[in-house]
Amino acid sequence: MDAPTDVSVTEEIAAAGIPQPRPWVSALNKRRWQTFKANKRGYWSLWIFLTLFILSLFAEFIANDKPIVVEYEGQYYWPIFKAYPETDFGGIFETEADYRDPVVQDLITENGGWMLWPPIRFSYNTQNKNPPMAFPVKPTWLLSDKDCELAVEKGFHPCDPSLEWNWLGTDDQGRDVVARIIYGFRISVLFGLVLTIFSTIIGVAAGAIQGYFGGWTDLLFQRFIEIWTSVPQLYLLIIVAAVIEPNFWILLGILLAFSWVALVGVVRAEFLRARNFEYVTAARALGLPNGKIIFKHLLPNAMVATLTFMPFILNGSITTLTSLDFLGFGLPPGSPSLGELLAQGKDNLQAPWLGLTAFFVIAIMLSLLIFVGEAVRDALDPRKTLT
Amino acid sequence: MTDKPTLLTVDKLCVDFRAGEKVTHAVKDVSFKIDHGETLALVGESGSGKTVSALSILQLLPYPAASHPGGEICFKGENLLALPPDGLRHVRGNQISMIFQEPMTSLNPLHTIERQIAEVLRIHKGITGDAARARVLDLLTKVGIQNAEERLASYPHQLSGGQRQRVMIAMALANEPDLLIADEPTTALDVTIQAQILELLLQLKAEFNMAMLLITHDLGIVRKMADHVCVMHQGKIVERGPTSDIFERPKDDYTRHLIASEPKGSPPPADGSAKTILKTDDLKVWFPIKRGFLRRTVGHVKAVDGVNVDVREGQTLGVVGESGSGKTTLGQAILRLISSDGPIVYLGERIDGFNSKQMRPLRKDLQIVFQDPYGSLSPRMSIGQIIEEGLLIQNPDISSEDREARVARALEEVGLDPKVRDRYPHEFSGGQRQRIAIARALVLEPKFLILDEPTSALDVSVQAQIVDLLRDLQRRHRLAYLFISHDLKVVRALANSILVLRHGKVVEQGASQDVFANPKTDYTKALLAAAFELETTPAGAVST
Repeated sequence: MDAPTDVSVTEEIAAAGIPQPRPWVSALNKRRWQTFKANKRGYWSLWIFLTLFILSLFAEFIANDKPIVVEYEGQYYWPIFKAYPETDFGGIFETEADYRDPVVQDLITENGGWMLWPPIRFSYNTQNKNPPMAFPVKPTWLLSDKDCELAVEKGFHPCDPSLEWNWLGTDDQGRDVVARIIYGFRISVLFGLVLTIFSTIIGVAAGAIQGYFGGWTDLLFQRFIEIWTSVPQLYLLIIVAAVIEPNFWILLGILLAFSWVALVGVVRAEFLRARNFEYVTAARALGLPNGKIIFKHLLPNAMVATLTFMPFILNGSITTLTSLDFLGFGLPPGSPSLGELLAQGKDNLQAPWLGLTAFFVIAIMLSLLIFVGEAVRDALDPRKTLT
Repeated sequence: MTDKPTLLTVDKLCVDFRAGEKVTHAVKDVSFKIDHGETLALVGESGSGKTVSALSILQLLPYPAASHPGGEICFKGENLLALPPDGLRHVRGNQISMIFQEPMTSLNPLHTIERQIAEVLRIHKGITGDAARARVLDLLTKVGIQNAEERLASYPHQLSGGQRQRVMIAMALANEPDLLIADEPTTALDVTIQAQILELLLQLKAEFNMAMLLITHDLGIVRKMADHVCVMHQGKIVERGPTSDIFERPKDDYTRHLIASEPKGSPPPADGSAKTILKTDDLKVWFPIKRGFLRRTVGHVKAVDGVNVDVREGQTLGVVGESGSGKTTLGQAILRLISSDGPIVYLGERIDGFNSKQMRPLRKDLQIVFQDPYGSLSPRMSIGQIIEEGLLIQNPDISSEDREARVARALEEVGLDPKVRDRYPHEFSGGQRQRIAIARALVLEPKFLILDEPTSALDVSVQAQIVDLLRDLQRRHRLAYLFISHDLKVVRALANSILVLRHGKVVEQGASQDVFANPKTDYTKALLAAAFELETTPAGAVST
């Protein structure tokens, strides 16, 4: 079909006299942003997700067992950033002050000092030492009169105004669930992001090399990937976990070793298609070296496919970490993790708030990301027009 | 058939396209009529709205982005624009059928020829089984497919371009439509095949007493085929009338411009004393065919087979041939973009053994301009970036002011305002883009330029401008051209000497006046007849 052409661009510019400055965002990207915004669900999901993520980055200021700032005898202390021994506040122990301890609190406040606490006074590993019932503790607002009677009977903390609130209860080790999901959300998303970024870099590079050079390079690389992807990841993880205790970076390394292949196929296909474009041949005729051709002429073509995949890879990465944690091969014991909370929910069916909380947090997080991913996909789809 | 006075009346048709906030009026108040058995040609450049007008008749436009704010299309007294989808389906492919420009993509690659044609019969006539097969065979024979019975089970990729277009025509004719819409039916085909297809269309039209709406930009085709002509420009019909009147007494300025815009002028006389810039001797490009488990080489596709080229300073060697004759491969082999056998001598130095590092400094002397100005410019780089890219590699030492100045000079040389260098390729028309591509090559001050079908993707009037530009640049810079084209009109306007390629071998070679005036081989004769007269020659000389 005939495409409408703009015949008189040069004349128009000549008439205008001055060269127009290029806008900061190109027209294409502006249109993509418009399409993205037109997908209301994805747009709002992005904002909700970003808000939650940025809030979770400041988890220490939201849920912590240390006050943010303490004034003691006219001096300011910042326990959130620095560990102070109890002796600084006139105590007897040389270890770090336990600010939740009523003795320490009295020491600070009796001389007119004060403490500014985060809204939740538990960190992810803080045990509630004065629970109204045996662990796992119910969400405080769910405590019935009968629970309160039992608390008095069995010598637990009575239901009086001094009872500390656990908004979503505690887990079976007495740790506050809200605090754990805030930290757990943060570590999940960060882990997912880091894994996604690294696997994208490696995957794009590998796909680019295969697609650009083709031939034997491509053939050998493809066979290698086929063998590599058939290595059972989970067994490898179990073996590694038996030898060394996995931490964040070791887990990341093992998962990265397998997740980079996700993008190779797409990028390779994109390169195979684009390397025969005439402007690529033209670049070769100009004498450009291969590296320059790949970066300047071919990579931008592969970026659309890559960007479309990224939210989904992020989702996959988060799910992988969660499932490893659920199985107990993930982050070291004691780390805040959504998978571990799910496992606790499975082990403590009498405490449904554990499983439900973990389920909803994971479901909402993954759904938000999928919605964002859908909107990104729409925005990068050249056939999608605004209606 | 009814005896209604007119078969199709298009009255004040308007088509709008909406993209976001922007509304483009692609077709404005277009009216025309076609009688039974008549051929009407819609002529115009790309973007003039001729295809959009034709697609509106069957409502094949991308609705709802497209809309018809006004107008009427009456086919046998029925307004097609008001017809419900069911009624439209009854008309499409049955009473009005269509053939498209690109035979490569308009057939479904997964269906056999028989199935594609029989489908039309089944849907509209309910013919199936043996009856359908007999009818398909009959149709294939009518459209001139040899060994029709064997071809029934073929898939589109097993047919040549011309055969595919014949199959498309068979599909279109299956239900003996009253109106055939042919949208640039031969643009994607070689000249010799174009002549055959046009011949076939004329013959079938008479046989079926069909009316035909022919959409084309090629005035030669119009002159041969059409009874009436409507000239379209920017969505409007600027002139209409019987074909002979339009060609002999064009009234509108645009029509006159269109008729006058065939490539003119002649090349500078051949100068045997000029310095030889580039020479090849028995150049071969053979692609191995590998079979079996061990991928042993069992034979070769001889894309270029023993070609001698001699290009002199300030002169043009035209390379002509049908698609698949190895023209482009020859060009790319000379530039060492693909590997080849046989000496390539540039200014007395053999370059065929050079590796890519050794080639790099030579790249600035040997440049190439490609066929498709839409594909040869990276869409993500500004014009300035595209043009200066070669300079950054070849002359990394020059200052950025100097580089800017050279880019500006190159743009001026190709007739563009240097101020456009901050803009992106998509903001330019095809002809302007081709100028940019030429500027990219020129900025390196090459000695030798390969022009690989630089005009075939362009409109006629733009073609003439590009040819003039190239001739002018050659005169000013004493450039040596290797001009690859299937369009003999353009070649005649530019080349001093000519090389006719067929299946990778040279069929005829010589000074261009001699070849045009006294072609020696049958193949060249056929090629010339097809190109200049749109006449077919007896079978055997050319492929089908």
